[in-house]
Amino acid sequence: MSTFASSRETTEGRIYSVTGGDWDDVTREIGSAKEERVVVNMGPQHPSTHGVLRLMLELEGETITELRCGIGYLHTGIEKNTEFRTWTQGVTFVTRMDYLSPLFNETTYCLGVEKLLGVTEDVPERATVIRVLMMELNRISSHMVALGTGALELGAMAPMFFAFRERERVLDIFEMVSGLRMNMAYIRPGGVAQDLPSDAITKIRELVKDLRKNFKDNEKLLVGNSIWIKRTKDVGYLDLAGCITLGVTGPVLRATGMPWDLRKTQPYCGYEDYNFDVITTDTCDVYGRFLIRMQELEQSLRIIEQACDKLEKLDGAPVMVADKKIAWPAQLALGGDGLGNSLDHIRQIMGTSMESLIHHFKIVTEGFRVPAGQVYTPVESPRGELGAHLVSDGGTRPYRVHFRTPSFSNLQSTSAMCEGSLIADVVAAVASIDPVMGDVDR
Amino acid sequence: MFGVSGTGDTSGYGGLVRANYNPISAERPYGSYFDDVADALERAYPQFSDAIERVVVDRGELTLHIKREKLVEVAKVLRDDAALRFEVCLGVDGVHYPEDSGRELHAVYPLLSMTHNRRIRLEVSVPDSDPHIPTLVEVWAGNNWHERETYDMFGIIFDGHPALTRILMPDDWPGHPQRKDYPLGGIPVEYIGATVPAPDERRGYR
Repeated sequence: MSTFASSRETTEGRIYSVTGGDWDDVTREIGSAKEERVVVNMGPQHPSTHGVLRLMLELEGETITELRCGIGYLHTGIEKNTEFRTWTQGVTFVTRMDYLSPLFNETTYCLGVEKLLGVTEDVPERATVIRVLMMELNRISSHMVALGTGALELGAMAPMFFAFRERERVLDIFEMVSGLRMNMAYIRPGGVAQDLPSDAITKIRELVKDLRKNFKDNEKLLVGNSIWIKRTKDVGYLDLAGCITLGVTGPVLRATGMPWDLRKTQPYCGYEDYNFDVITTDTCDVYGRFLIRMQELEQSLRIIEQACDKLEKLDGAPVMVADKKIAWPAQLALGGDGLGNSLDHIRQIMGTSMESLIHHFKIVTEGFRVPAGQVYTPVESPRGELGAHLVSDGGTRPYRVHFRTPSFSNLQSTSAMCEGSLIADVVAAVASIDPVMGDVDR
Repeated sequence: MFGVSGTGDTSGYGGLVRANYNPISAERPYGSYFDDVADALERAYPQFSDAIERVVVDRGELTLHIKREKLVEVAKVLRDDAALRFEVCLGVDGVHYPEDSGRELHAVYPLLSMTHNRRIRLEVSVPDSDPHIPTLVEVWAGNNWHERETYDMFGIIFDGHPALTRILMPDDWPGHPQRKDYPLGGIPVEYIGATVPAPDERRGYR
């Protein structure tokens, strides 16, 4: 018995537990077993499964004959929970779904609430531009994790250092703007929680300049790197027909040559006013998806620059709908004891106006009423189509909130990508789908 | 002002109020590309009026309420007809309307046509006592996991699904968590002498 694999007899056959070591030792052990069919359970706690994803692989030698995913380990009941909070509080829940791209979750949810309210046209332009700016920054930080962890899972450590260095810079901007590095609940129904700080645009412009330079580090390391190409080229193949029938969207779909990007095809948040290109490759493989993410970084930088230009022209404009029945009354301000309601506002409600106090109390505890109906609002998240299906019964709480998350649909294609390939390629294929388990399980 | 009905007493815990679901059927012309879609579907599927219970146009979105017996036929036409070409189904999710007697469970399918750049929505409603809907996995393979999730969360049984098992909850979980009769399961929280009730026990406003 090797030191790496322990085995025990069960009614299902002999079960080996492997927790590291040399695969050769394991196969030698298993080779002595009578059965040809080997089922390998990978995860849910496994460093290369991109979170708590469990993969069940049926092997013949090193070739996968069948692959199944086990999900649900990160199910937190976000959809159910939102039914018991106000529409505004819902943002705080949905931002935690896809924790690598919280601003997309918030935007798709808020676009849905606004559509139900019928205030889509009333959302101030400055708020919309800030949303675009924040989303594109978020796309960069999300792609950085996809690239960094993807490379790490295939054994390349340096790209992750570079990727996380860049991501930190973006998170610093998020912290400066919203006070939080992730799960910001910054985008609210009707606009955004607060305006950008005065030096934000300068800082973001500096960041764009640095990022454009720094992205070259990873490009030099990976693009054209022969080891990287051997691990990713023609691996995890999924063609257009497969993507369409499985409902796969995002970089995986664009790697089949299909230029489908909701920012272009069904623009929202004013994306039709920005100049950027939809990146495609036609290789249908992991390398193609990697190249798409690499090049989308530059496109996001272009959008950020244009958003900064727009914001400079819109300086001082409102960032929340004018309707006082929707917008929360207080602006946040940094006080001596931390972030809270601005002192001016507290003076007004506690000292001058009883009606303001009542209004503040009612709108925060009770929320606003949303006319009955249902909507579906999709946005292009870094992983593909993220859609919010919101149902209202006319009350102050959502009747039903469902998210069609790209990770959930895309992860389903793992079997199609991996069956018939080698076990080592599973890691590359899963990394190229870039599933976020919070997004899959919600 | 905020729509409180009844006595206006907000001191007690009223619980959540459920409303009856009753969208208004749309009349022709539906507007936008919806008429084209309806015309094309009527052409390609002559039993249109028999299969479609109701057409709803709300907030710029078209919803076709379909009888469950006809769902697979209509879905195939929507996918294959050249004038329709809804080649992508973005999954399915359930909505539970306990007050809508005889049609308590709704399954909602958002469809996308990349060819024509259009979206519509299918909705199928079934009674709680007979929660069966034919599967669409044969039409759109990507619905596999979505149907499992809807079964898991609402108990809608998709007949003909290749492996309809729970997907997010553990295999031996009792009940279907996102139904309205399934409690959220919070506990009251004591904070500096005051007790804050669990979220599902707090008062709800209408």
